[in-house]
Amino acid sequence: MEDKKKKKFNNNMYSKWGYIFIAPFFVIYGIFSVIPLAMTIYYSFFEYYFSMGLFPVGPNFIGFANYTELLAGPFWQILGNTFIMWGMGFVPQIVISLLLAVWFTDSRLKLKGLGFFKSVIYMPNLVMASAFSMIFFMLFGQNGPIVKALFDAGIVAENFDIFDTVWGTRAVIGFMNFVMWTGNTTILLMAGIMGIDPTLMEAAEVDGASRSQIFFKITMPLLKPIFIFVLITSMLGGLQMYDVPAILTNQTGSPDNSNLTIMMRLQQYLQNSSNYGMSGAISVLLFIIGGAASLLVFRSLIKNDLVSLDKVGN
Amino acid sequence: MKKLLVSMLLVVVGLVLIACTESYETDGGEVLVIRAWNTEFQDRFRAYYPEYKETKTDGTDLLKDGTVVKWIITPNENNAYQNALDQDLLNQSSAAQNDRIDIFLIEADYALKYVNSQYSLDIKADLGITDAQLSNQYKYTQEIVTSSDGKLKGTSWQATPGLFAYRADIAREVLGTDDPVEVQKAIANWDKFDETAEDMKAAGYNMLAGYDDAYRVFSNNMSKPWVNANNEIEVDQNITRWIEQTKEYTTKGYNKGASLWDSVWQSEQGPSGKTFGFFYSTWGINFTLLGNSLANPDQPAEVGNGLYGEWRVAKGPQSWYWGGTWIVGAKYSDNRTLVKDVMLKLTTDKAIMKKITVDTQDYTNHKAAMLELANDPEFGSAFLGGQNHIKLFVESANAISLDAISPYDQGITETLQAAMKDYFVGTVTLDKAWENFYTNLKVKHPELKEKTS
Repeated sequence: MEDKKKKKFNNNMYSKWGYIFIAPFFVIYGIFSVIPLAMTIYYSFFEYYFSMGLFPVGPNFIGFANYTELLAGPFWQILGNTFIMWGMGFVPQIVISLLLAVWFTDSRLKLKGLGFFKSVIYMPNLVMASAFSMIFFMLFGQNGPIVKALFDAGIVAENFDIFDTVWGTRAVIGFMNFVMWTGNTTILLMAGIMGIDPTLMEAAEVDGASRSQIFFKITMPLLKPIFIFVLITSMLGGLQMYDVPAILTNQTGSPDNSNLTIMMRLQQYLQNSSNYGMSGAISVLLFIIGGAASLLVFRSLIKNDLVSLDKVGN
Repeated sequence: MKKLLVSMLLVVVGLVLIACTESYETDGGEVLVIRAWNTEFQDRFRAYYPEYKETKTDGTDLLKDGTVVKWIITPNENNAYQNALDQDLLNQSSAAQNDRIDIFLIEADYALKYVNSQYSLDIKADLGITDAQLSNQYKYTQEIVTSSDGKLKGTSWQATPGLFAYRADIAREVLGTDDPVEVQKAIANWDKFDETAEDMKAAGYNMLAGYDDAYRVFSNNMSKPWVNANNEIEVDQNITRWIEQTKEYTTKGYNKGASLWDSVWQSEQGPSGKTFGFFYSTWGINFTLLGNSLANPDQPAEVGNGLYGEWRVAKGPQSWYWGGTWIVGAKYSDNRTLVKDVMLKLTTDKAIMKKITVDTQDYTNHKAAMLELANDPEFGSAFLGGQNHIKLFVESANAISLDAISPYDQGITETLQAAMKDYFVGTVTLDKAWENFYTNLKVKHPELKEKTS
């Protein structure tokens, strides 16, 4: 009896050490993540800024006024911009990445120098986004070689500036995101494809399936988990798009606010007046939208999956 | 959680209380900390401050009495200078003595923000500079830095009247003369200015480089400030005129589609440029235009190098000023005597002021010294083909008015120019441009409102 009690006591002692060992993580996580997160949500209900950056105003509790002001303004337009620019980069990116991933993993093609190609397509991601933006700004700027060539060819008028046009600027931003992230996505998809059992493809081939049939009926369905992962991480990254459009448009999101992303707006609120109230409200909305969008994508793709699994079972 | 918050709050309150009651040294500091956004004042300081001894390899300066001068230079772009300065000023009272800012520089566009704050020293009451010592400065340079309760918070070594700088070679070709008096007749008012612009276009030149070139000339002559007592934006008629003129110039091709300070704007001032002239003030002519006009910046600046010697100045359609830098003593400075001495030597000393102008062509803030140079037949600028530009500056400086200045001018100017550019190039309608202006301005300054009439 006494022996049992002692054992139990010892158990408690051991578990205490476990808690102590994991405590540092929770303390640091609490101080640097939970408290700032709570403060962000808390201050989003306050009028709290520094007039001209130097004279404090507030904090005064104002309920949902920050949210209503935000939603009455161009918030949806800015959200739309963000998704459009993300989409313009993502659609070509996923198509090219899939194609490259399939080619690179196809043993029948016997491609030589795979390591070289993989490194080359990954390279743009190693360049700092700001440096990359500066290069594109010079290339496509009013004094740059592209506009000069277009002018010499008689396609554009004098004083033409790509960055004065809504879709021109968006296209440059989309193209940059495409170039920067294609390598990364290709590597991820390749890992996914290589995880598929090659005997399945061989079996299909023996049964007389064509290349495209193998791709759509075998590779794609089995690649779905990785595909969803790529889609969601890319979408969340896209929602937080900042560096490329900010540097390309000198932080203004010009022309006509059409290249303004949510993160740029948030930065503008903080830059001149340290507006903690409004930037808190933007962050909370961004969090909700990001969560909802991820859930939507996840649900719609997984649901189909469950249905097809059911069919297989039947 | 609640306990934690309460204790954190207590610590903060405690620190604030300590800061409030703390007394601080006002003299005898070993390090003079100066904050600026470019090297203009640094160059002046090193060249003309009599106590300056040498620059050390780490970029700090040594004064003759052993004081170290530490420079913190943050570029102006995107408000970076003010953001960094504000952060340090807010923490100034708790900073280590040698890290405290002693001097910071400000510009006219946001001068009132710092002048009306508690972070700037009263140069008369706190530093002991007398009215007699300041008597030769231009009145307007003092009005800009006078707080709402009448305290003088800064002093400048320059006055910055603006002129119209034009290319002599283009003037000879299109107007038949490069004589500043004759050219002035062709640009004496905005109607004449528009007519000349048409002639320039016909001859294959642009009148102005871009959208914002004439902005300051219009905005300096506004009849009321941008922001009224209720924090409402009031759009002056002059701004409307600037928008109409710039739209017309853009549509008719009288300008080159540049924005202020961008690469096209700068290259238009060089040998490959096709632009007749630029509105520039004192510092711009000798600091910016001269640099941009050279074909080879590594070669000495002399006739034959690019457009050196081919620029002239004329008064232009209206009197105006642009920029200027003020020296402000920071609260909690531990070097008040030294700050006072720097101000006196570099902004009121007649011999030094005159020497700066003779050496650099900059226009200094000393009426008597400038008048001497204006009337000196020997004095002239080689860059301006021997023209005595000081004479024109003297006339212009006396006409500067400051009725329409507000602490929001920089934010409003930047936001307006960006919003209107979309209208000028035809991306949006005028109404949409105004709408964008108000939305984007409220992001910068939440306290401002659109005027509801």
